[in-house]
Amino acid sequence: MNEQQNIESRLWDYIDGRNSMAEKSTIEKLLESNHEWKTKYHELLEVHQLLKSSELEQPSLRFTKNVMEEISRLYIAPATKTYINKKIIWGIASFFFITILGFLIYGFGQIDWNAKGDNTLPINFNKLDLSKVDLSKIFNNNFVNVFMMVNVLLALVLLDRFLANRRKNFHKEA
Amino acid sequence: MSTGQTDNEIISRVLQGEQNAYAELVNRYQNYVFTLTLRMIKSREDAEEVAQDVFIKAYRYLSDFRGESKFSTWLYTIVNTTCITFLRKKKLEVYSLDNEKVFEMADSQDSGFRANMVEQKSRVNMVNEAIALLSPDDGEIITLFYKAEQNLEEISKILGIETNTVKVRLHRARIRLKEKMENHFSEEIKNIY
Repeated sequence: MNEQQNIESRLWDYIDGRNSMAEKSTIEKLLESNHEWKTKYHELLEVHQLLKSSELEQPSLRFTKNVMEEISRLYIAPATKTYINKKIIWGIASFFFITILGFLIYGFGQIDWNAKGDNTLPINFNKLDLSKVDLSKIFNNNFVNVFMMVNVLLALVLLDRFLANRRKNFHKEA
Repeated sequence: MSTGQTDNEIISRVLQGEQNAYAELVNRYQNYVFTLTLRMIKSREDAEEVAQDVFIKAYRYLSDFRGESKFSTWLYTIVNTTCITFLRKKKLEVYSLDNEKVFEMADSQDSGFRANMVEQKSRVNMVNEAIALLSPDDGEIITLFYKAEQNLEEISKILGIETNTVKVRLHRARIRLKEKMENHFSEEIKNIY
């Protein structure tokens, strides 16, 4: 920012009343002593006053009537907050939280804290043969299937909300 | 005729089913909304259509107005988004603040405009015409600040930008307005300064 722009910027802040007391006092002193500042101030003040005196444009005389005719066919939409219920959002969050917590509790419950060992892991990873693990036995469980289905459904709901929000934000920006 | 009620009181009446009360709000803000749309869209016919659309949208979503800000601030947010949507639909470029095309466009408008400038303009006309020569962005921010009585924080909410950015943009818009006035209304300005 060059010197001239700096002066203008500080003067606009002064005219808009957005200066701190110290800055205000500094500018007042400059206006009294510095001819350049004084001239620029009067120039900007004139623009400011002209802008304040500018008039509003007026639409046609039928404007209100046109709007009222249009809205007579409309209903006021319910407030957004009534159909984006925070309780539902909290409910979903709670479900995930409780599920994770449940798994953790169950997992920790399986650990034999009193087991005396040789400070090695309870599973010997060297002897673990992943090819012998039968995944179908694990995922054949009805509980797991239901759990997965619920999760997929929740994921779809969340995806829908996410896309709806993006669409809404896009329209808002537009 | 003005009822002397506050905006929020009128809104409550409308929300309770008194649809006709909305006319009071339309009467109260139509000039502000129309001026803003005209600053952005430039064509009176289109600006009026968009301004009507703004009031229709505001009515439709009135329940969403929670009274946390001034009704005018909420309404001007709708003005801003509706104007941008309109400009996009019309495939007109919404020029950014630093886009040189803004000035080219404004200058091309100036030449035609100046040719018709037969009579001496009053101060008020001169300012309005100088604002009309600005880019939509500049015209909007100046109108919001000076005519729509919105402070920098409120303008920041309306435009969805930081307050400091509003301050810089307003400052630049005023500089450009001053330049426009000096370039195109030099004779009138001599009488002012």
